[in-house]
Amino acid sequence: MTETVEIPALLPALPEIVLAIGAMVLLMVGAFRGEQTAKGIEGAAILLLVLTGLIVVLLPAGKLVTFGGSFIVDGFARFLKLLALAGSAAAILMSSNYLALEKRETFEYSILILLSTTGMMMLISAADLIALYLGLELMSLALYVVAAIDRDSVRSTEAGLKYFVLGALSSGMLLYGASLIYGFTGTVSFAGIANAASQGGGGTASLGLVFGLVFLFAGFCFKVSAVPFHMWTPDVYEGAPTPITAFFAAAPKVAGIAMFVRTTIVAFPGILTQWQQIVVFVAIASMALGAFAAIGQKNIKRLMAYSSIGHMGFALVGLAAGTQQGVHGVLVYMAIYVAMTLGAFACILSMRRDGQMVEQIADLAGLARTKPTMAFFFAMLLFSLAGVPPLAGFFAKFYVFLAAIQAGLFTLAVIGVVTSVVGAYYYLAIVKTMYFDEPAKPFEPMPYELKAVLAVTGLFNLLFFVYPSPLIEAANAAAKSLF
Amino acid sequence: MSWPILSVTIFLPLVGALFIMVMRGDDEAEKRNARWVALWTTLITFAISLILLYRFDPSSAEFQFVEKRPWLVGAITYHVGVDGISLPFLILTTALMPVCIIASWLPIQHRVKEYMIAFLVLETLMVGTFAALDLVVFYLFFEGGLIPMFLIIGVWGGPRRVYASFKFFLYTFLGSVLMLLAIMAMYWDAGTTEIPTLLRHGFPRGLQTWAWLAFLASFAVKLPMWPVHTWLPDAHVEAPTAGSVILAAILLKMGGYGFLRFSLPMFPAASHDLAPLIFALSVIAVIYTSLVALAQADMKKLIAYSSVAHMGFVTMGIFAAALFLCVGVVYDRMHTREIAAYGGLVNRMPLYAAAFMVFTLANVGLPGTTGFIGEFLTLIGTFRVNTWVATLATTGIILSAAYALWLYRKVIFGPLTKASLATIKDLDYREIVTLGPLVVLTILFGIYPKPVLDLSAASVAQLLENYDRALGAAKTAVLLAH
Repeated sequence: MTETVEIPALLPALPEIVLAIGAMVLLMVGAFRGEQTAKGIEGAAILLLVLTGLIVVLLPAGKLVTFGGSFIVDGFARFLKLLALAGSAAAILMSSNYLALEKRETFEYSILILLSTTGMMMLISAADLIALYLGLELMSLALYVVAAIDRDSVRSTEAGLKYFVLGALSSGMLLYGASLIYGFTGTVSFAGIANAASQGGGGTASLGLVFGLVFLFAGFCFKVSAVPFHMWTPDVYEGAPTPITAFFAAAPKVAGIAMFVRTTIVAFPGILTQWQQIVVFVAIASMALGAFAAIGQKNIKRLMAYSSIGHMGFALVGLAAGTQQGVHGVLVYMAIYVAMTLGAFACILSMRRDGQMVEQIADLAGLARTKPTMAFFFAMLLFSLAGVPPLAGFFAKFYVFLAAIQAGLFTLAVIGVVTSVVGAYYYLAIVKTMYFDEPAKPFEPMPYELKAVLAVTGLFNLLFFVYPSPLIEAANAAAKSLF
Repeated sequence: MSWPILSVTIFLPLVGALFIMVMRGDDEAEKRNARWVALWTTLITFAISLILLYRFDPSSAEFQFVEKRPWLVGAITYHVGVDGISLPFLILTTALMPVCIIASWLPIQHRVKEYMIAFLVLETLMVGTFAALDLVVFYLFFEGGLIPMFLIIGVWGGPRRVYASFKFFLYTFLGSVLMLLAIMAMYWDAGTTEIPTLLRHGFPRGLQTWAWLAFLASFAVKLPMWPVHTWLPDAHVEAPTAGSVILAAILLKMGGYGFLRFSLPMFPAASHDLAPLIFALSVIAVIYTSLVALAQADMKKLIAYSSVAHMGFVTMGIFAAALFLCVGVVYDRMHTREIAAYGGLVNRMPLYAAAFMVFTLANVGLPGTTGFIGEFLTLIGTFRVNTWVATLATTGIILSAAYALWLYRKVIFGPLTKASLATIKDLDYREIVTLGPLVVLTILFGIYPKPVLDLSAASVAQLLENYDRALGAAKTAVLLAH
């Protein structure tokens, strides 16, 4: 008996392949040439990410499926992959100056980010539970290491360890959920699960499936740092070196939301009523915790951690709607969230005084007078994070709540907007420190790559309302591909 | 129409702001240039808005100078235009801005550049609010005004400015986000956010009530109505003079404008059913805040409470603005707003005393001033609907006479005994330029209000006609259902 092994079509996975091979080549270069290559590898890594982005754009249009249906490239995947790539590239760019100043230039740093990004891309394209888990672990393992990269610092090591232990626990829960789902449906592919789930008839699912779903969601919530699995976020954000925090806040969130949305929408459309209440609860809890817990924070990285918890809650409002409009809202939200977060971290990374990073909000006092341009962009980003029109953040919230209203989730929408008002308080408090307080000693000049990131994200944020249709339309097309 | 005149009016101040932003120079030159650029920008904007007024056809109730461009995907477009209801508000805004700039000429000495930028951006947002013909565009302008106003109060305000600016921001933000949800619900019901279409769209009864309440949340905070008025005295007292003027004359009018533009014509059934609520709140506002005003020791606070009381009447904003300017005049000289610190100003400041008197009398609602026209028309309207409300509201007028005249007597009359006042100077030419036109307008429109009334007559008539028809339709529907 001869078995013919068919080689699956590799073209749809070309971006991932290029990225993975590129990362390994760079690893070899670094390993043989030593530490002095760190700068060069940084540049090469950014180029590699840009190249991968180009390949994603140039892939043939339409829905591409390979590896026996477990890997899928559709509009949704393209949109989020580009977003994750942009987030990673910006993170590498933003860390270059920091690493040089802190004498922490190690070439592994960029390579770990590249590997983690490869994981994210697989995660975004995953169309069955096995592929999803593989992508997730590739992403997470690289993230654990990167969190602890500053190995001489107790804070960083603690952050890495905490992240690893809790991350492993959540992976375990996710796997347990996946195995329950497999047990009750007999398949791991999302399409197969959807079929099996709807055969129960009338939107009622077997108890086992719902149980599996809950465990699966626990894993997802951990990865996107949604309440009640958010506990690691403030500690890891605060402990990790700041450029790493910037990285954590952007790209992995995109990938996490991508797997959350694809799994729920594609695999469980038949039991919407079951998962909708979970997502509604998670969204409300995240928004509320993000808003209230951030108020008392003095450390700006910790504050950004709570802020990101809140923002994930807002993004999940769109998912809770469970409609195409809702997915559209989530995509717009994530795109604008990544831009705002990167801009904000570009400012936080330039908080450097007497050769040291400072992290207290009080250190920003009077920034409007010592560095008016930076203060202006930062203030606009903060207003945007609070969702004040006409800034980009308003449109992000607009689309998710539009979807929630359409789906009739009025309570969720009302609680959501009220928490956004509470959240506005702590963003305003930062603006107040920068604009109303007496100036403290000025920061050191902003390195040019941070200036570039801040200018791009800041202008995007300010001028988004002038010509919003490209992003909105792209997100619309991407959302359509899921339904 | 060869050029988009309305868009030019909206965005010209923004261009001025950008211009100031890129200007460089030494400190003194920068200050001087910022002031002059801001003044010229607001003057040109005012001139353009006068062209708008000249070309406006008051006999038509339709929206004029309409512009429409694709914007957000879906049925949300950049859509602007004015009718007889919005045009007076728009002109009021563009007319008061140069006054504000002149009023801040000397009092604002630090961070002049940022101050002027904030004011010009604010002007764009306010004009845009009144010109918007799409609910999302309206919301964008309406809410966007929070950012510059927050900074104006917080950076250039008085001692408790931080508290006041936070309170202002969070109160108004909370009100408006609820309105945003109502806008979304309306979008899903009507499939569009275009105001002209929505004005003819009959919303289902349940949605009407909820949306009406949500709009009330926003406009009542902005107006501000009792019991959500508490942000206003704080914001007013701490804001710089020009900031108080803008607050009193324009930002607060946005609430009244919103009621006329949205709540009444779009949710007629709900407006009818919930009218008693509005009446009750207004009566409480008029009487309660008048009584509170009586007990104030701070001039600005007194006038702030008086403007809350007058919101019950939704009068035009000229004299409230002027009163804040008057407080600003003496505050710049003495740096206190304690009523007790003044007295006998008439001896050294006769011009000031005369101007202050005109505005005080307008505030009281004396015949021959705009205040009287506003209160008279509103009370007539109220009387026709509900005698009791009109009667109680009239008591408010008596109380307002009490506190306004009391303030005037304390500050202006009596012997000039305080040593600190011995060298106080009368109005300088800059202050005459700002207060003079307002005195003229207060008296002119008090005696001859026809131009203002004519301007909006056609639009108001159509609004009432639509309102009555919609109510009639709703009643027939109820009858048919039984």
